[in-house]
Amino acid sequence: MARFTGKKPKETPALNMGSMSDIIFMLLFFFMVITTMRESTLYIKITVPQGSEVSKLEKKSLVSYINVGTPMKEQQAKYGTDSRIQLNDQIATVADIIPFVEQEKAARVEADRPFITTAIKADQDTKMGLISDIKQELRTAGAFKIFYNARKGEHK
Amino acid sequence: MGRKTPGLNTSSMADISFLLLTFFLMTSSINTDTGIARRLPPPLPPNQEKPEVRMRNIFVVKINSKDRLLFDGEIGRIEDLRDRAKEFLGNPNNLPNLPEKETIDIPLLGKMDVSKGVISLQNDRGTSYDMYLRVQNELAAAINEMRNELSSERFGRKYADISEEQREAIDKAIPIAISEAEPTKIGENK
Repeated sequence: MARFTGKKPKETPALNMGSMSDIIFMLLFFFMVITTMRESTLYIKITVPQGSEVSKLEKKSLVSYINVGTPMKEQQAKYGTDSRIQLNDQIATVADIIPFVEQEKAARVEADRPFITTAIKADQDTKMGLISDIKQELRTAGAFKIFYNARKGEHK
Repeated sequence: MGRKTPGLNTSSMADISFLLLTFFLMTSSINTDTGIARRLPPPLPPNQEKPEVRMRNIFVVKINSKDRLLFDGEIGRIEDLRDRAKEFLGNPNNLPNLPEKETIDIPLLGKMDVSKGVISLQNDRGTSYDMYLRVQNELAAAINEMRNELSSERFGRKYADISEEQREAIDKAIPIAISEAEPTKIGENK
């Protein structure tokens, strides 16, 4: 047992803290990169359809979103169970789209206005009647570039 | 047995963490939105005559309120749509019942026979968005495949890998010729 009792207690070597900052920075950057900012809470449930030919949405600063889907369980008492449109933070109707586009246009610099894109993020079970109405409104509002949100995947 | 534990050499720790940091910075991406981009036609002036289009230049695709598909006057399956659309837009054998072609001088490509064919897509108000997007997806696939073929033939690379100018040239040679008609109203009330 003399082997373990030793003469005097061994001192613990000090931990090198020099690399601590690197680790912290690494974590910081990692979380900075993977987090996304959600600007508005969705009141509706959206499962976008699948497609094999999807491309990435470019120039995000020029994109405004129109969300279409059925209200979530907690919201159904207020908004019913039919498909609804959500613009930014509130449930809207088809008639609200033109003012919405105008507002989105006004928020961009003059030179960018012809290039604004409207992303239609609609649930796969939405009926095309509502989507057609939205497209018609967008045509009238002069927002011709549209983008149908879909996720990458193959239909069986 | 009075030996001190030798301190770990930690000077390379910083290098390792930076290596990891750069690796994750480069490989991870903020969840980007994906989808299909399309262009809406500008609204028609109220008293404009409809442009006359010859029958051979139109390929009608209809989706009814039950998500059933009709193209070229027959009930069709979505699996066949891509090939039929390619055959229509390409018209490789210059058949008289498939679209006419117009010879256009395109920079980088020279004289190209550009199809005058237009795919006319009509859906019902009761069609599901899922089905509509599947059809749009198949039509996009047909056009993408044709563009890839032309790009490989002329530039030796896939459409996604060629330069901006080359892509513009290909886009002119094979335009996205999809026209959408006013939807029918049969399935309006579910």
